[in-house]
Amino acid sequence: MSAPTYGSRLPATFLTPGTSSFADFIGEHSPDLLPSKRTVPQGNVGDLAPHGTTIVSATFPGGVIMAGDRRATMGNIIAQRDIQKVFPADEFSCVGIAGAAGLAVEMVRLFQTELEHYEKIEGTTLSIDGKANRLAALIRANLGLAMQGLAVVPLFAGYDLTASQGRIFSYDVTGGRYEETAFHSVGSGSMFARGSLKKLYRDDLTETECVTAVVQALYDAADDDSATGGPDVSRRIFPVVQVITADGGRRLADDEVAAIADQVIAGRLQRPDGPAASLV
Amino acid sequence: MSMPYYVSPEQLMKDRADFARKGIARGRSVVVVQFADGVLFVSENPSQALHKVSEIYDRIAFAAVGRYNEFENLRIAGVRLADMRGYAYDRRDVTGRGLANAYAQTLGTIFSSGGEKPYEVELFVAEIGDEAADDQIYRLTYDGQVADEHGYAVMGGAADQVASYLKGNYADGASLDEAIKLAVSALGHSDTDDRVIAADHLEVAVLDRTRTQPRKFRRIRPEALDGILGERGPETPDEPEAEDTQAGAAPTVPTGPDNPTDPTDTVSGSTPPLEDPVTGEPASGEPASGEPPTAPPTAPPTPPAPGGEPPIAP
Repeated sequence: MSAPTYGSRLPATFLTPGTSSFADFIGEHSPDLLPSKRTVPQGNVGDLAPHGTTIVSATFPGGVIMAGDRRATMGNIIAQRDIQKVFPADEFSCVGIAGAAGLAVEMVRLFQTELEHYEKIEGTTLSIDGKANRLAALIRANLGLAMQGLAVVPLFAGYDLTASQGRIFSYDVTGGRYEETAFHSVGSGSMFARGSLKKLYRDDLTETECVTAVVQALYDAADDDSATGGPDVSRRIFPVVQVITADGGRRLADDEVAAIADQVIAGRLQRPDGPAASLV
Repeated sequence: MSMPYYVSPEQLMKDRADFARKGIARGRSVVVVQFADGVLFVSENPSQALHKVSEIYDRIAFAAVGRYNEFENLRIAGVRLADMRGYAYDRRDVTGRGLANAYAQTLGTIFSSGGEKPYEVELFVAEIGDEAADDQIYRLTYDGQVADEHGYAVMGGAADQVASYLKGNYADGASLDEAIKLAVSALGHSDTDDRVIAADHLEVAVLDRTRTQPRKFRRIRPEALDGILGERGPETPDEPEAEDTQAGAAPTVPTGPDNPTDPTDTVSGSTPPLEDPVTGEPASGEPASGEPPTAPPTAPPTPPAPGGEPPIAP
Protein backbone atom coordinates (compact mmCIF):
# COMPACT_ATOMS: atom_id res chain seq x y z
CA MET A 1 0.00 0.00 0.00
CA SER A 2 1.95 2.96 -1.21
CA ALA A 3 -0.32 5.97 -1.14
CA PRO A 4 -2.29 6.54 2.02
CA THR A 5 -6.00 6.13 1.41
CA TYR A 6 -8.89 7.91 2.97
CA GLY A 7 -12.36 6.57 3.30
CA SER A 8 -11.66 3.37 5.15
CA ARG A 9 -10.69 2.54 8.69
CA LEU A 10 -7.18 3.62 9.64
CA PRO A 11 -4.85 0.60 9.43
CA ALA A 12 -3.59 -0.83 12.69
CA THR A 13 -0.09 0.57 12.15
CA PHE A 14 -1.50 4.09 12.45
CA LEU A 15 -3.01 3.35 15.85
CA THR A 16 -0.01 1.48 17.21
CA PRO A 17 1.77 3.60 19.78
CA GLY A 18 5.51 3.72 19.71
CA THR A 19 7.67 5.59 17.30
CA SER A 20 7.75 9.36 16.95
CA SER A 21 9.85 9.02 13.83
CA PHE A 22 8.14 9.52 10.49
CA ALA A 23 10.82 7.56 8.62
CA ASP A 24 10.43 4.59 10.98
CA PHE A 25 6.65 4.75 10.62
CA ILE A 26 6.55 4.73 6.83
CA GLY A 27 9.35 2.18 6.82
CA GLU A 28 6.88 -0.10 8.54
CA HIS A 29 3.70 0.95 6.77
CA SER A 30 4.76 1.89 3.23
CA PRO A 31 8.45 1.14 2.81
CA ASP A 32 8.34 2.00 -0.89
CA LEU A 33 7.91 5.66 0.05
CA LEU A 34 11.39 5.69 1.56
CA PRO A 35 14.12 6.62 -0.93
CA SER A 36 16.52 4.16 0.69
CA LYS A 37 14.18 1.15 0.47
CA ARG A 38 14.04 1.27 -3.32
CA THR A 39 15.87 -1.47 -5.17
CA VAL A 40 18.02 -0.31 -8.06
CA PRO A 41 19.42 -2.76 -10.64
CA GLN A 42 23.10 -3.61 -10.32
CA GLY A 43 25.61 -1.31 -11.91
CA ASN A 44 26.54 2.31 -11.64
CA VAL A 45 23.59 4.59 -12.31
CA GLY A 46 25.33 7.77 -11.19
CA ASP A 47 25.66 9.07 -14.75
CA LEU A 48 21.91 9.01 -15.30
CA ALA A 49 21.03 11.65 -12.73
CA PRO A 50 22.04 15.28 -12.33
CA HIS A 51 24.42 16.06 -9.52
CA GLY A 52 24.43 19.07 -7.28
CA THR A 53 27.68 20.56 -6.20
CA THR A 54 29.04 23.08 -3.74
CA ILE A 55 27.55 24.05 -0.37
CA VAL A 56 29.32 26.41 2.04
CA SER A 57 28.41 27.15 5.64
CA ALA A 58 29.97 29.49 8.22
CA THR A 59 29.10 30.68 11.70
CA PHE A 60 29.15 34.24 12.96
CA PRO A 61 28.47 35.60 16.45
CA GLY A 62 24.72 35.14 16.85
CA GLY A 63 24.04 32.71 14.05
CA VAL A 64 25.04 30.58 11.11
CA ILE A 65 24.89 31.01 7.32
CA MET A 66 24.59 28.41 4.61
CA ALA A 67 24.89 29.11 0.90
CA GLY A 68 24.80 26.96 -2.20
CA ASP A 69 25.54 27.60 -5.86
CA ARG A 70 22.76 27.05 -8.39
CA ARG A 71 24.23 24.55 -10.82
CA ALA A 72 23.36 20.88 -11.37
CA THR A 73 25.48 18.92 -13.82
CA MET A 74 25.12 15.65 -15.69
CA GLY A 75 28.56 14.70 -16.94
CA ASN A 76 29.74 17.65 -18.98
CA ILE A 77 26.21 19.04 -19.40
CA ILE A 78 24.73 21.73 -17.18
CA ALA A 79 21.45 20.08 -16.21
CA GLN A 80 19.98 23.08 -14.42
CA ARG A 81 21.11 26.65 -13.83
CA ASP A 82 18.85 27.63 -10.97
CA ILE A 83 18.49 24.55 -8.80
CA GLN A 84 17.93 25.13 -5.09
CA LYS A 85 20.26 23.08 -2.90
CA VAL A 86 19.88 24.80 0.47
CA PHE A 87 16.59 24.20 2.28
CA PRO A 88 15.20 25.12 5.68
CA ALA A 89 14.85 21.91 7.72
CA ASP A 90 12.75 23.56 10.41
CA GLU A 91 12.60 26.94 12.10
CA PHE A 92 16.16 26.82 13.51
CA SER A 93 18.06 24.64 11.10
CA CYS A 94 18.79 24.17 7.43
CA VAL A 95 20.30 21.52 5.22
CA GLY A 96 22.34 21.82 2.04
CA ILE A 97 22.88 18.91 -0.28
CA ALA A 98 25.56 17.74 -2.66
CA GLY A 99 25.36 14.58 -4.74
CA ALA A 100 22.54 12.97 -6.73
CA ALA A 101 20.11 15.87 -6.95
CA GLY A 102 16.79 14.06 -7.26
CA LEU A 103 17.49 11.69 -4.39
CA ALA A 104 18.91 14.50 -2.28
CA VAL A 105 15.82 16.70 -2.69
CA GLU A 106 13.63 13.74 -1.74
CA MET A 107 15.79 13.11 1.30
CA VAL A 108 15.47 16.74 2.35
CA ARG A 109 11.69 16.43 2.12
CA LEU A 110 11.83 13.30 4.26
CA PHE A 111 14.06 15.05 6.79
CA GLN A 112 11.76 18.11 6.95
CA THR A 113 8.75 15.85 7.51
CA GLU A 114 10.71 13.87 10.10
CA LEU A 115 11.42 16.98 12.19
CA GLU A 116 7.90 18.36 11.90
CA HIS A 117 6.38 14.97 12.68
CA TYR A 118 8.44 14.62 15.83
CA GLU A 119 7.52 18.13 16.91
CA LYS A 120 3.79 17.49 16.49
CA ILE A 121 3.76 14.07 18.14
CA GLU A 122 6.03 14.90 21.07
CA GLY A 123 4.94 18.52 21.51
CA THR A 124 8.56 19.67 21.59
CA THR A 125 11.38 20.07 19.09
CA LEU A 126 14.39 17.78 18.85
CA SER A 127 17.69 19.09 20.17
CA ILE A 128 20.10 20.14 17.44
CA ASP A 129 22.23 17.05 18.11
CA GLY A 130 19.09 14.94 17.83
CA LYS A 131 18.30 16.47 14.46
CA ALA A 132 21.87 15.91 13.27
CA ASN A 133 21.69 12.26 14.35
CA ARG A 134 18.36 11.70 12.58
CA LEU A 135 19.88 13.05 9.37
CA ALA A 136 22.85 10.69 9.86
CA ALA A 137 20.41 7.77 10.12
CA LEU A 138 18.72 8.75 6.84
CA ILE A 139 22.09 9.00 5.08
CA ARG A 140 23.24 5.68 6.52
CA ALA A 141 20.15 3.96 5.15
CA ASN A 142 21.11 5.24 1.71
CA LEU A 143 24.49 3.47 1.61
CA GLY A 144 23.31 0.86 -0.92
CA LEU A 145 22.30 3.52 -3.43
CA ALA A 146 25.46 5.49 -2.69
CA MET A 147 27.53 2.49 -3.75
CA GLN A 148 25.72 2.49 -7.08
CA GLY A 149 26.63 6.08 -7.75
CA LEU A 150 23.68 7.85 -6.10
CA ALA A 151 25.50 9.27 -3.10
CA VAL A 152 23.95 12.11 -1.12
CA VAL A 153 26.23 14.15 1.12
CA PRO A 154 24.47 16.84 3.14
CA LEU A 155 25.72 19.67 5.24
CA PHE A 156 23.55 20.51 8.24
CA ALA A 157 23.58 23.78 10.14
CA GLY A 158 21.42 25.22 12.85
CA TYR A 159 21.18 27.59 15.74
CA ASP A 160 21.54 25.87 19.11
CA LEU A 161 19.10 27.64 21.44
CA THR A 162 20.62 26.13 24.58
CA ALA A 163 24.23 27.00 23.71
CA SER A 164 23.19 30.26 21.94
CA GLN A 165 25.43 29.70 18.93
CA GLY A 166 25.37 28.45 15.38
CA ARG A 167 26.59 24.89 14.76
CA ILE A 168 27.59 23.00 11.61
CA PHE A 169 27.59 19.24 11.00
CA SER A 170 29.09 17.40 8.04
CA TYR A 171 28.47 13.80 6.95
CA ASP A 172 30.02 11.04 4.92
CA VAL A 173 28.12 8.55 2.75
CA THR A 174 28.17 5.89 5.47
CA GLY A 175 26.24 8.16 7.84
CA GLY A 176 29.25 9.38 9.80
CA ARG A 177 28.47 12.66 11.51
CA TYR A 178 31.14 15.22 12.29
CA GLU A 179 30.70 18.54 13.99
CA GLU A 180 32.68 21.34 12.34
CA THR A 181 33.91 24.52 13.91
CA ALA A 182 33.63 27.93 12.26
CA PHE A 183 33.05 26.92 8.63
CA HIS A 184 32.79 23.95 6.31
CA SER A 185 32.01 23.07 2.72
CA VAL A 186 30.85 19.98 0.81
CA GLY A 187 30.58 19.06 -2.87
CA SER A 188 32.90 19.02 -5.84
CA GLY A 189 34.10 22.62 -5.39
CA SER A 190 34.45 22.28 -1.63
CA MET A 191 38.28 22.15 -1.61
CA PHE A 192 38.48 25.52 -3.30
CA ALA A 193 35.68 27.04 -1.22
CA ARG A 194 37.29 25.85 2.01
CA GLY A 195 40.68 27.18 0.94
CA SER A 196 39.09 30.51 0.17
CA LEU A 197 37.26 30.66 3.53
CA LYS A 198 40.49 29.81 5.37
CA LYS A 199 41.91 33.11 4.17
CA LEU A 200 38.72 35.17 4.49
CA TYR A 201 37.01 33.91 7.61
CA ARG A 202 37.30 35.64 10.96
CA ASP A 203 35.19 34.79 13.98
CA ASP A 204 34.02 38.38 14.52
CA LEU A 205 32.30 38.88 11.17
CA THR A 206 28.87 40.51 11.11
CA GLU A 207 26.00 38.78 9.35
CA THR A 208 26.51 40.76 6.10
CA GLU A 209 30.28 40.28 6.17
CA CYS A 210 29.80 36.57 6.72
CA VAL A 211 27.44 36.39 3.72
CA THR A 212 30.07 38.23 1.66
CA ALA A 213 32.71 35.71 2.76
CA VAL A 214 30.63 32.69 1.69
CA VAL A 215 29.75 34.34 -1.65
CA GLN A 216 33.50 34.93 -2.19
CA ALA A 217 34.12 31.27 -1.36
CA LEU A 218 31.48 30.12 -3.87
CA TYR A 219 33.05 32.43 -6.48
CA ASP A 220 36.43 30.80 -5.88
CA ALA A 221 34.87 27.33 -6.09
CA ALA A 222 33.22 28.23 -9.43
CA ASP A 223 36.53 29.69 -10.62
CA ASP A 224 38.32 26.35 -10.39
CA ASP A 225 35.56 23.71 -10.49
CA SER A 226 33.55 23.35 -13.69
CA ALA A 227 30.60 21.76 -11.86
CA THR A 228 30.07 24.76 -9.57
CA GLY A 229 28.12 27.69 -10.98
CA GLY A 230 29.37 31.20 -10.41
CA PRO A 231 27.07 34.20 -10.12
CA ASP A 232 25.10 34.36 -13.38
CA VAL A 233 25.21 38.09 -14.16
CA SER A 234 23.21 38.01 -17.37
CA ARG A 235 20.34 35.94 -15.96
CA ARG A 236 20.61 37.46 -12.48
CA ILE A 237 20.86 34.05 -10.78
CA PHE A 238 22.74 34.23 -7.50
CA PRO A 239 23.43 31.74 -4.69
CA VAL A 240 20.71 30.69 -2.26
CA VAL A 241 21.68 32.03 1.16
CA GLN A 242 19.98 30.87 4.36
CA VAL A 243 20.60 32.82 7.57
CA ILE A 244 19.70 31.33 10.97
CA THR A 245 19.79 33.30 14.20
CA ALA A 246 18.06 33.13 17.56
CA ASP A 247 14.98 34.62 15.83
CA GLY A 248 14.72 31.68 13.44
CA GLY A 249 15.80 31.05 9.89
CA ARG A 250 15.13 32.96 6.69
CA ARG A 251 16.27 32.84 3.11
CA LEU A 252 17.94 36.10 2.10
CA ALA A 253 15.93 37.91 -0.55
CA ASP A 254 17.33 37.65 -4.09
CA ASP A 255 18.06 41.38 -4.33
CA GLU A 256 20.00 41.33 -1.03
CA VAL A 257 22.19 38.50 -2.34
CA ALA A 258 22.43 40.23 -5.72
CA ALA A 259 23.76 43.40 -4.08
CA ILE A 260 26.47 41.45 -2.25
CA ALA A 261 27.32 39.40 -5.36
CA ASP A 262 27.61 42.58 -7.45
CA GLN A 263 30.08 43.94 -4.87
CA VAL A 264 32.11 40.74 -5.05
CA ILE A 265 32.11 40.83 -8.86
CA ALA A 266 33.16 44.51 -8.87
CA GLY A 267 36.11 43.61 -6.62
CA ARG A 268 37.07 40.70 -8.86
CA LEU A 269 37.16 43.02 -11.89
CA GLN A 270 39.97 44.83 -10.12
CA ARG A 271 41.65 41.73 -8.71
CA PRO A 272 40.40 38.49 -10.33
CA ASP A 273 41.74 36.25 -7.55
CA GLY A 274 39.74 38.05 -4.90
CA PRO A 275 40.84 39.97 -1.81
CA ALA A 276 44.43 39.44 -0.72
CA ALA A 277 45.14 38.15 2.77
CA SER A 278 48.10 39.53 4.68
CA LEU A 279 51.26 37.37 4.63
CA VAL A 280 51.79 37.13 8.32
CA MET B 1 -22.71 -24.98 30.12
CA SER B 2 -23.99 -21.48 30.21
CA MET B 3 -26.46 -20.31 27.64
CA PRO B 4 -25.69 -16.95 26.06
CA TYR B 5 -28.48 -14.47 26.52
CA TYR B 6 -30.10 -13.07 23.47
CA VAL B 7 -29.45 -9.33 23.23
CA SER B 8 -31.23 -7.42 20.52
CA PRO B 9 -29.03 -5.29 18.26
CA GLU B 10 -30.92 -2.17 19.37
CA GLN B 11 -30.18 -2.87 23.00
CA LEU B 12 -26.55 -3.71 22.26
CA MET B 13 -26.00 -0.42 20.43
CA LYS B 14 -27.85 1.51 23.08
CA ASP B 15 -25.70 0.00 25.83
CA ARG B 16 -22.54 0.81 23.93
CA ALA B 17 -23.73 4.36 23.25
CA ASP B 18 -24.63 4.87 26.91
CA PHE B 19 -21.24 3.61 27.93
CA ALA B 20 -19.43 5.99 25.57
CA ARG B 21 -21.65 8.96 26.46
CA LYS B 22 -21.00 8.50 30.17
CA GLY B 23 -17.26 8.53 29.60
CA ILE B 24 -17.45 11.70 27.51
CA ALA B 25 -19.77 13.56 29.89
CA ARG B 26 -17.28 13.08 32.71
CA GLY B 27 -14.78 15.52 31.18
CA ARG B 28 -14.71 19.28 30.87
CA SER B 29 -15.94 21.00 27.74
CA VAL B 30 -14.04 22.14 24.68
CA VAL B 31 -15.32 25.14 22.73
CA VAL B 32 -14.53 25.90 19.11
CA VAL B 33 -15.39 29.34 17.76
CA GLN B 34 -14.93 30.77 14.27
CA PHE B 35 -13.60 34.31 14.10
CA ALA B 36 -12.58 36.67 11.32
CA ASP B 37 -9.05 35.27 10.87
CA GLY B 38 -9.57 31.61 11.59
CA VAL B 39 -10.79 29.14 14.19
CA LEU B 40 -10.29 29.33 17.95
CA PHE B 41 -10.18 26.41 20.40
CA VAL B 42 -10.60 26.92 24.14
CA SER B 43 -10.75 24.29 26.84
CA GLU B 44 -10.52 24.32 30.59
CA ASN B 45 -7.51 22.12 31.23
CA PRO B 46 -5.39 22.40 34.37
CA SER B 47 -2.62 20.35 32.77
CA GLN B 48 -0.06 22.19 30.69
CA ALA B 49 1.30 18.96 29.29
CA LEU B 50 -1.68 16.78 28.41
CA HIS B 51 -3.21 18.73 25.57
CA LYS B 52 -6.77 18.50 24.36
CA VAL B 53 -6.11 20.74 21.36
CA SER B 54 -3.31 19.92 18.93
CA GLU B 55 -1.89 20.63 15.53
CA ILE B 56 -2.39 18.05 12.82
CA TYR B 57 -1.10 19.80 9.73
CA ASP B 58 -0.60 23.22 8.14
CA ARG B 59 -4.24 24.30 8.27
CA ILE B 60 -5.78 21.49 10.29
CA ALA B 61 -6.17 21.18 14.03
CA PHE B 62 -7.74 18.67 16.36
CA ALA B 63 -9.56 18.93 19.67
CA ALA B 64 -10.98 16.16 21.78
CA VAL B 65 -12.79 15.29 24.98
CA GLY B 66 -13.11 11.97 26.72
CA ARG B 67 -10.50 9.40 27.51
CA TYR B 68 -7.00 10.80 27.09
CA ASN B 69 -5.28 7.61 25.96
CA GLU B 70 -7.91 7.03 23.28
CA PHE B 71 -7.96 10.47 21.74
CA GLU B 72 -4.18 10.75 21.98
CA ASN B 73 -4.04 7.55 19.95
CA LEU B 74 -6.37 9.06 17.34
CA ARG B 75 -4.38 12.30 17.30
CA ILE B 76 -1.13 10.47 16.55
CA ALA B 77 -2.86 8.44 13.85
CA GLY B 78 -4.10 11.72 12.34
CA VAL B 79 -0.64 13.28 12.36
CA ARG B 80 0.74 10.15 10.74
CA LEU B 81 -1.95 10.12 8.06
CA ALA B 82 -1.54 13.83 7.30
CA ASP B 83 2.26 13.75 7.21
CA MET B 84 2.27 10.65 5.08
CA ARG B 85 -0.18 12.14 2.61
CA GLY B 86 1.72 15.42 2.51
CA TYR B 87 4.94 13.54 1.89
CA ALA B 88 3.53 11.18 -0.74
CA TYR B 89 1.61 13.90 -2.60
CA ASP B 90 1.90 17.54 -1.62
CA ARG B 91 1.19 19.71 1.40
CA ARG B 92 -1.90 21.16 -0.28
CA ASP B 93 -3.38 17.71 -0.75
CA VAL B 94 -3.91 17.16 2.97
CA THR B 95 -7.52 18.05 3.73
CA GLY B 96 -9.60 18.22 6.87
CA ARG B 97 -12.47 16.44 5.15
CA GLY B 98 -10.25 13.46 4.33
CA LEU B 99 -9.00 13.31 7.89
CA ALA B 100 -12.53 13.56 9.31
CA ASN B 101 -13.60 10.69 7.05
CA ALA B 102 -10.73 8.52 8.20
CA TYR B 103 -11.62 9.22 11.85
CA ALA B 104 -15.31 8.57 11.19
CA GLN B 105 -14.59 5.22 9.58
CA THR B 106 -12.29 4.22 12.40
CA LEU B 107 -14.64 5.25 15.20
CA GLY B 108 -17.65 3.77 13.40
CA THR B 109 -15.98 0.41 12.85
CA ILE B 110 -14.80 0.19 16.44
CA PHE B 111 -18.22 1.19 17.77
CA SER B 112 -20.14 -1.41 15.83
CA SER B 113 -17.65 -4.25 16.14
CA GLY B 114 -18.53 -6.51 19.03
CA GLY B 115 -14.97 -7.31 19.98
CA GLU B 116 -13.73 -3.84 20.88
CA LYS B 117 -14.70 -1.39 23.56
CA PRO B 118 -16.18 1.71 21.94
CA TYR B 119 -13.95 4.77 22.15
CA GLU B 120 -15.16 7.21 24.81
CA VAL B 121 -14.20 10.27 22.80
CA GLU B 122 -15.65 13.10 20.81
CA LEU B 123 -13.50 15.03 18.34
CA PHE B 124 -13.39 18.28 16.46
CA VAL B 125 -11.40 18.48 13.25
CA ALA B 126 -11.13 22.06 11.97
CA GLU B 127 -9.55 23.35 8.80
CA ILE B 128 -9.12 26.95 7.74
CA GLY B 129 -9.28 28.16 4.16
CA ASP B 130 -8.13 31.38 2.54
CA GLU B 131 -11.28 33.16 3.69
CA ALA B 132 -13.64 32.76 6.61
CA ALA B 133 -16.27 31.27 4.30
CA ASP B 134 -13.93 28.37 3.50
CA ASP B 135 -13.34 27.42 7.14
CA GLN B 136 -14.67 24.04 8.15
CA ILE B 137 -15.40 22.44 11.49
CA TYR B 138 -16.30 18.76 11.76
CA ARG B 139 -17.61 17.16 14.88
CA LEU B 140 -17.08 13.42 15.22
CA THR B 141 -18.88 11.38 17.81
CA TYR B 142 -17.93 8.08 19.45
CA ASP B 143 -20.03 6.13 16.94
CA GLY B 144 -18.41 7.63 13.86
CA GLN B 145 -21.04 10.20 12.95
CA VAL B 146 -19.76 13.35 11.29
CA ALA B 147 -21.48 16.71 11.58
CA ASP B 148 -20.51 19.94 9.87
CA GLU B 149 -20.59 22.79 12.39
CA HIS B 150 -20.84 26.50 11.70
CA GLY B 151 -19.93 29.46 13.86
CA TYR B 152 -19.36 27.68 17.13
CA ALA B 153 -19.60 24.23 18.66
CA VAL B 154 -19.16 22.64 22.07
CA MET B 155 -18.53 19.12 23.27
CA GLY B 156 -17.87 17.49 26.61
CA GLY B 157 -19.42 17.61 30.06
CA ALA B 158 -21.49 20.79 30.31
CA ALA B 159 -21.95 21.17 26.55
CA ASP B 160 -25.61 22.27 26.76
CA GLN B 161 -25.04 25.17 29.15
CA VAL B 162 -21.97 26.39 27.26
CA ALA B 163 -23.74 26.10 23.91
CA SER B 164 -26.76 28.05 25.15
CA TYR B 165 -24.46 30.89 26.27
CA LEU B 166 -22.70 30.90 22.89
CA LYS B 167 -26.00 30.86 21.06
CA GLY B 168 -27.01 34.06 22.77
CA ASN B 169 -23.69 35.87 22.40
CA TYR B 170 -21.95 34.63 19.25
CA ALA B 171 -21.50 37.03 16.34
CA ASP B 172 -19.85 36.39 12.97
CA GLY B 173 -16.58 38.09 12.09
CA ALA B 174 -15.35 38.79 15.62
CA SER B 175 -11.70 39.61 16.29
CA LEU B 176 -9.46 37.05 18.00
CA ASP B 177 -9.58 38.90 21.34
CA GLU B 178 -13.38 39.10 21.26
CA ALA B 179 -13.64 35.43 20.36
CA ILE B 180 -11.34 34.43 23.24
CA LYS B 181 -13.35 36.50 25.73
CA LEU B 182 -16.59 34.99 24.47
CA ALA B 183 -15.31 31.41 24.63
CA VAL B 184 -13.80 31.81 28.10
CA SER B 185 -16.99 33.31 29.54
CA ALA B 186 -19.00 30.56 27.88
CA LEU B 187 -16.87 27.89 29.56
CA GLY B 188 -17.35 29.56 32.95
CA HIS B 189 -21.08 29.88 32.47
CA SER B 190 -23.54 27.68 34.29
CA ASP B 191 -27.22 27.95 35.13
CA THR B 192 -26.59 29.05 38.68
CA ASP B 193 -23.63 31.40 38.48
CA ASP B 194 -20.68 32.35 36.28
CA ARG B 195 -17.15 31.39 37.22
CA VAL B 196 -13.91 33.15 36.38
CA ILE B 197 -11.47 30.51 35.14
CA ALA B 198 -7.80 31.15 35.92
CA ALA B 199 -5.71 31.84 32.80
CA ASP B 200 -3.29 29.02 33.57
CA HIS B 201 -6.19 26.58 33.65
CA LEU B 202 -7.14 27.42 30.09
CA GLU B 203 -5.80 25.75 27.00
CA VAL B 204 -6.18 28.14 24.09
CA ALA B 205 -5.01 27.60 20.51
CA VAL B 206 -5.87 29.08 17.13
CA LEU B 207 -5.64 28.29 13.47
CA ASP B 208 -4.71 31.78 12.32
CA ARG B 209 -4.71 32.48 8.59
CA THR B 210 -2.78 35.76 9.09
CA ARG B 211 0.34 33.83 10.07
CA THR B 212 2.98 34.03 7.35
CA GLN B 213 4.34 30.52 7.98
CA PRO B 214 2.65 27.60 6.23
CA ARG B 215 1.82 26.12 9.62
CA LYS B 216 -1.11 28.18 10.89
CA PHE B 217 -1.55 26.54 14.30
CA ARG B 218 -0.49 28.57 17.31
CA ARG B 219 -0.96 28.17 21.07
CA ILE B 220 -1.78 31.20 23.18
CA ARG B 221 0.13 31.02 26.47
CA PRO B 222 -1.41 31.97 29.83
CA GLU B 223 0.79 35.11 30.07
CA ALA B 224 -0.58 36.41 26.77
CA LEU B 225 -4.05 35.29 27.76
CA ASP B 226 -4.03 37.44 30.91
CA GLY B 227 -3.44 40.51 28.77
CA ILE B 228 -6.24 39.64 26.36
CA LEU B 229 -8.83 38.79 29.00
CA GLY B 230 -8.08 41.81 31.20
CA GLU B 231 -9.40 42.19 34.74
CA ARG B 232 -12.13 39.66 35.38
CA GLY B 233 -12.49 39.66 39.17
CA PRO B 234 -11.54 36.89 41.58
CA GLU B 235 -10.95 33.45 40.12
CA THR B 236 -13.14 30.56 41.10
CA PRO B 237 -11.60 27.12 40.94
CA ASP B 238 -13.71 24.43 39.38
CA GLU B 239 -14.78 21.42 41.39
CA PRO B 240 -12.50 18.47 40.76
CA GLU B 241 -13.63 16.37 37.85
CA ALA B 242 -13.32 12.65 37.36
CA GLU B 243 -10.73 13.30 34.64
CA ASP B 244 -8.37 15.08 37.05
CA THR B 245 -5.85 12.81 38.62
CA GLN B 246 -5.12 13.53 42.24
CA ALA B 247 -1.54 12.90 43.15
CA GLY B 248 -1.11 9.84 45.30
CA ALA B 249 -4.77 9.01 45.52
CA ALA B 250 -6.26 5.88 44.08
CA PRO B 251 -9.06 6.48 41.61
CA THR B 252 -12.33 6.70 43.45
CA VAL B 253 -14.54 3.74 43.06
CA PRO B 254 -18.14 4.70 42.67
CA THR B 255 -20.58 3.00 44.93
CA GLY B 256 -24.26 3.45 45.40
CA PRO B 257 -27.19 2.73 43.20
CA ASP B 258 -27.27 3.15 39.47
CA ASN B 259 -28.96 6.33 38.39
CA PRO B 260 -29.86 6.22 34.71
CA THR B 261 -30.67 9.95 34.66
CA ASP B 262 -27.21 10.94 35.85
CA PRO B 263 -24.76 10.83 32.97
CA THR B 264 -21.77 10.92 35.32
CA ASP B 265 -22.90 7.88 37.23
CA THR B 266 -20.42 5.13 36.55
CA VAL B 267 -22.27 2.30 38.20
CA SER B 268 -23.74 0.17 35.50
CA GLY B 269 -26.43 -2.43 35.47
CA SER B 270 -28.95 -3.14 38.18
CA THR B 271 -26.60 -5.20 40.29
CA PRO B 272 -24.43 -3.39 42.80
CA PRO B 273 -20.89 -4.67 43.26
CA LEU B 274 -20.65 -7.33 45.94
CA GLU B 275 -18.08 -5.42 47.89
CA ASP B 276 -16.28 -2.12 47.73
CA PRO B 277 -12.99 -2.90 45.93
CA VAL B 278 -11.13 -0.32 48.03
CA THR B 279 -12.35 -1.03 51.55
CA GLY B 280 -13.44 -4.60 51.08
CA GLU B 281 -16.64 -3.76 52.92
CA PRO B 282 -19.85 -5.12 51.56
CA ALA B 283 -21.32 -2.59 49.19
CA SER B 284 -24.11 -0.44 50.54
CA GLY B 285 -25.78 0.11 47.21
CA GLU B 286 -29.27 -0.99 46.47
CA PRO B 287 -30.54 -2.00 43.11
CA ALA B 288 -31.96 1.01 41.35
CA SER B 289 -35.61 1.04 40.72
CA GLY B 290 -35.61 3.77 38.11
CA GLU B 291 -36.14 6.52 40.67
CA PRO B 292 -33.50 9.07 41.61
CA PRO B 293 -31.34 7.85 44.45
CA THR B 294 -32.15 8.84 47.98
CA ALA B 295 -29.66 9.32 50.78
CA PRO B 296 -27.43 6.29 51.30
CA PRO B 297 -29.04 3.89 53.69
CA THR B 298 -27.65 3.93 57.19
CA ALA B 299 -29.08 0.55 57.98
CA PRO B 300 -26.72 -2.41 58.19
CA PRO B 301 -25.46 -3.40 54.78
CA THR B 302 -28.01 -5.35 52.91
CA PRO B 303 -26.91 -8.62 51.43
CA PRO B 304 -26.26 -8.43 47.74
CA ALA B 305 -29.31 -8.73 45.64
CA PRO B 306 -29.78 -12.20 44.24
CA GLY B 307 -28.43 -12.51 40.72
CA GLY B 308 -29.42 -9.64 38.51
CA GLU B 309 -31.93 -9.96 35.79
CA PRO B 310 -30.85 -10.74 32.28
CA PRO B 311 -30.20 -7.56 30.32
CA ILE B 312 -33.47 -7.97 28.53
CA ALA B 313 -36.51 -9.99 29.32
CA PRO B 314 -37.05 -12.84 26.92
